[in-house]
Parts: sequence; C-alpha cells; structure tokens
Amino acid sequence: MYVLESADKAYTSRRGTVHALRSVSLEIPKGSCVTITGPSGSGKTTLLLTLGGLIRPTSGRVLFHSVDLGGLSDARLAQYRNQKIGFVLQTFNLVPYLSALENVMVPMMFMHRSKNGLAGRARDLLGRLGLGDRADHLPRELSVGQQQRVAIARALGNDPEVILADEPTGNLDPRLATEVLDTLRELNEKDGRTVIMVTHSPEAARIGNRKLHLVEGTCQDGALPGTVAV
Amino acid sequence: MRLRTILWKELLLRKSRMISGLLAITLGIAVIVGIQSVSDVSKRAVAIKLDNLGSNILVLPQAASVDDYYSADIDAPTFPEDYVERLATSMLPSVDNLSPKLTRRVKVGGVPIILTGILPASELASKPIWQSAGLAGDELALACGTSPEIKEGPSYVDEKLQRKAIDTLAPTEILVGSVAAERLRLSDGGTVLIEGRQFQVARVLPTTGTIDDSRVYAHLHVVQELLGTGPQVSAIEIMGCCAAISDGLLGKLRNILPDTRIVTIGQIVSTQIETNRLMAKVSVILLVLIAMIGSISIANYMWANVEERRREIGTFLTLGATRGSIYRLFFAKAVILGLLGGICGYVLGTASAMVLGPQLARLSVEPVPIYLLWSLGIAVAIALLGSWYPTYRATRLDPASILQEV
Ligand SMILES: Nc1ncnc2c1ncn2[C@@H]1O[C@H](COP(=O)(O)OP(=O)(O)O)[C@@H](O)[C@H]1O
Ligand SMILES: [Mg+2]
Repeated sequence: MYVLESADKAYTSRRGTVHALRSVSLEIPKGSCVTITGPSGSGKTTLLLTLGGLIRPTSGRVLFHSVDLGGLSDARLAQYRNQKIGFVLQTFNLVPYLSALENVMVPMMFMHRSKNGLAGRARDLLGRLGLGDRADHLPRELSVGQQQRVAIARALGNDPEVILADEPTGNLDPRLATEVLDTLRELNEKDGRTVIMVTHSPEAARIGNRKLHLVEGTCQDGALPGTVAV
Repeated sequence: MRLRTILWKELLLRKSRMISGLLAITLGIAVIVGIQSVSDVSKRAVAIKLDNLGSNILVLPQAASVDDYYSADIDAPTFPEDYVERLATSMLPSVDNLSPKLTRRVKVGGVPIILTGILPASELASKPIWQSAGLAGDELALACGTSPEIKEGPSYVDEKLQRKAIDTLAPTEILVGSVAAERLRLSDGGTVLIEGRQFQVARVLPTTGTIDDSRVYAHLHVVQELLGTGPQVSAIEIMGCCAAISDGLLGKLRNILPDTRIVTIGQIVSTQIETNRLMAKVSVILLVLIAMIGSISIANYMWANVEERRREIGTFLTLGATRGSIYRLFFAKAVILGLLGGICGYVLGTASAMVLGPQLARLSVEPVPIYLLWSLGIAVAIALLGSWYPTYRATRLDPASILQEV
C-alpha cells in the first residue's frame, strides 16, 4: 500500500539544516500493524506525518496505492488525509469548545456535503469506544483516557484505511495505555485497517507485526519472522 | 454539525475579548449614525424654513436697501422688466420660478396699503403657503417644497402656463392680503377703487404673518400703467432650489445681471447651513478614522484569535480541512462581528441622537432605518478588512509543525 523510495526530509531554518529522514526506503502492505520506535529526535513523527500527507519529502517519493503523494495538490492532500487517514495524536488535539460528539464529527463535516446522518454515525463510533453516555460532554469534562478514545473515534469518522498514531499512549497510565493498544489492535485485526504507530515503549511496540526502528533518520527494518518480507 | 456550529461555539467561548474587539467599530458607527441622524433633521429644518419663506432669492436694483428681505422691494428703485427675460433665457439650472414685482405704497380711501404688481402664475408658484389655500393648480406644483432637487414647475417662458395664470387674475382683479382686507373691509367678490381704477377682489389671501399680509396684488402690467412707471419692476423673486444656492447660483445670477443687487434669505438660515456643512465634513473625517481604528482593532482581535487557535487550526487542517474552509470560517466570523458591530452601533447612535438631539439642537430626531443598512455594510466591510491578513496567516499555518510543537 505504501512504498517509500529513498525519502529524505530536511528541515531548514535559520539555525541550520536538520536531516530528519535520510533516504528511507520501505514498503508497507495493506493490513499490517507497524510500530516505529527510536530515540527522541530520530525522525519518528516526521516519518508518520510524511505517510499522512502532512509533510512532503525533500527528495524521494512516497507512494500510496502507487500514487505519489508529493505530486498531489494541497487540496488533494487534504482530501487524502480526510478520507484515507485516521490520525491519533499524543496530545489528542480535541477542539475544546466542541462536545465529544461534535469532535468526532469534525472530519466527517469536511468530507460530506450533506450533514444528514453524521451525528448518528458519530454516536455509533462513540458507543463502540464505550463513550455512548459521554457524547455531549466537553473534552475538559472527560478523563484523559476518555479523551484519547474520543480522538480514536474521531479518527474513524470517515472509515479510513490507515490509522496513524503518534505516541497514542504517551500521556496515559499503563492501564489506559493497554486499553488504547487493544483498541488499535482490534482496528487492525478486526477491521483490517493498516495501523502505523510511533511509540517510545517496547511494551506498546509489541502489538506490531512489523517493527521499524529509526536512528538519526535512518530506518532499520526489524520485521518479525513470518511477516511478509519487503 | 456545520462550520457555523464551530463558528458560534467559538464566538461564545471568548465573548469578552470579542466584545472589546468590537468596541471601536460599534462606537464609531454609533457616532456617525448619531451625527447623520441629527444633521438630517437639521437639513430638513432648513429646507422647511426656506420653503415657508417662499422665494428665496431676490433680485433688486443696486440702490435698494436690504434690511428686511420681505419689504426690500417696497418703494425701491426700479429696473427694466426684460431682466426677467434675461434670466429665463439664461438656462441656469435650478432657477424655477421667476416672479417679477413692482411695489409701491399707495393710499386707498386714506388707508395705506402696499400695491404690488405681479405676473400671477410665477408669483403664485413661488408662494407655497398660498398653494395650500387652493390658489395654485396642480400645474403650478412647487418644486422646492417637497423635493428640493426636482426642477419642475412653471417658468416665465412657459407660454401656456403664463397665459392660464394671467387668465386667472384678470386686469380688473386683485388678491388682497389678510391685513389689507381687514383695513379696507374687503371680502371675496368685493370691489375697491385703487388709483382711480375699479378692481374686484378675486380672493382674500390667508394670513402669512409677514408684511405680505398688507399687500394688495394686481396684475403687474396694470400696476405699471397705474403708476406710470413703464415696463419697470422693483424686484424679481426667484425660487432657486435650496441646494443650488450653495453651489454658486448667486454668483451666476450676478454675472447675468451685473447692475443689480442679489440677496437671499440665506442670512436667516446661514448658521444652520454652516453647521450642517460642518457636520457633513466631520462625518467624512470620522468615517475615515473609524474605518482605520475599527479595522486595526478587529485585526488585533483576529490576530490574537488566530494565535490562540493555532493548535485548533492545525487539527482542522490535519483532519482534512482545506484552506478554503479556514477562509470561510474566519471570514464568516468577520461578517458576524461586522453585523454585530453595525447593529449595536446603529442602535446606540440612533438612541443617543434621539436623546441628545432635542437637548443640543432643539430638533426631534427619528430613527432612520436606511442607516441600519449603511451601518451593517460599513461595519462588515471594516471587519473583513481587519480580518484579511490574520485570516490569510491562519490559512498558511503548517499543520505538521504545529503538531511537532509540544
Ligand atoms: N518543524 C521543524 N523545524 C525544524 N526542525 C524540526 C522540525 N520538526 C522536527 N524537527 C527536527 O527534526 C528531527 C526529527 O524530529 P521528529 O520527527 O519530531 O523526531 P521524533 O518524533 O522521533 O522525536 C529533530 O531533530 C527535530 O528537532
Ligand atoms: Mg515525535
């Protein structure tokens, strides 16, 4: 599904140039559950956002179903993020003045012209994540674990093929972290979605059937035995 | 949920900052609406005064005294009647009714009256107060009274009207002012001997409260004959439409008739006209200032708003919002702010004008609904102007680097 061909990403600022990704080449088949580990600053987030169409590689190509993301217009990329990707972020990024239900509806709203039926679908998603009775609560009225589950429900809003999660358990205690990991595994195994998760924790990395390790922007592929080789 | 749900919820979330951001626009619009409402009434008051005074320009011989507009023609020296023709053929715009007069004090049976020769059509048309008495027909409808800018009504060169009007005041008929009628004990249809000639009273005129009440009007050419002046007149009254007076009409008239003296009743209302003009100027200056201050204050508010919503905007962009949706979100917000500022400004301005108008200018002010539209339009334009750059910045935010921020 994803093919990276020597993708490079360099951040250039007044303080100089940082090479966040160095010639990363890899292939991620549909339906895999990939974990990305690596020290802080090794380029994990950069890799994830590149896959998510938020960062264009400085050189090299990122193909999604053979389409070069770098060649898409801004509007097309927005559409790609909206319809193909579900983002789950470490800081949840819920909109503070919208209820749980409305937060879940945000990506749906950007996709659908007709707003009919969106609320029902959002309610179903919240129900699936065990938040059926919290739909009308504001984010600050929810616990962190509940907030992260709202964020996951939001990621599922447009029934995306891919879930991109950047340290989704980073702000959660172990019990809640396990819950979120279970949910992600379920999304991969039951729904057949491709899940790509950045994490610090070796615990969390265990859910992956494909493990990538980044060091200073270089990718080391630690594919588990039995996984389809690249 | 729609974009406007987001819009409203966000607006209500940060009410107090929004209100302070709107203050400049609201107060600005209020000041303009207030000034405009008061000066509207004031202008109308001037127009009414001009109207009630009848003709508002008087052409007199050079030597005439002009202490009192209304008696200036009495016993004044004379000038040739064909000056009327000169004016009529000059094609000056805004000069509607030319009314030549020849006036002398005479005694009728020992009672002093003012005998004034007029050309009836033009004389009647320039005296609105007489029209209400039914003396002037529809054809003589007055130009200045209702809408000062319409240039219709009879003129001296209109043969048909002139003849018709002359028909209505036959050489043997007179119109008698109310005071003169009382002194001479005359009523409609009565007869009187003036300078040896018998006249019939066509009508006793309603009281005007001016010296006109002491006048007896006869046909100009009859009066010229009676007094033996030849084709001379002592004054020409001109209905120069109100706004035209300030547009240099007087100067143009002086060019046409250089050896005459041209006065207006402007003296009576000039202070008010001055004030109106000043207010109009102040309004324009204020409008510019307010547009500047209002848009800076909105820009300031919007800038802060975009700053504090960076993460939110980044999230929207991450989740698939296009730059177009971000533009829509912020411009719609600007429009709402503008509408709010416009409505509040209009209400505040109108209310203050209604309270202060009677106290400061002895004018009673009514709300002017059309100013609501103006207020809304101007306030929305200011809000959009102020929001332009902050919104542009919002659409340029890079979601990836916002997500990288901790
Ligand atoms: N917007 C940016 N501008 C400049 N440098 C950046 C930016 N984002 C990340 N970097 C740098 O790129 C490198 C990789 O960052 P990141 O992908 O966030 O690493 P990780 O997620 O593994 O901690 C780091 O050195 C970081 O400082
Ligand atoms: Mg990171």
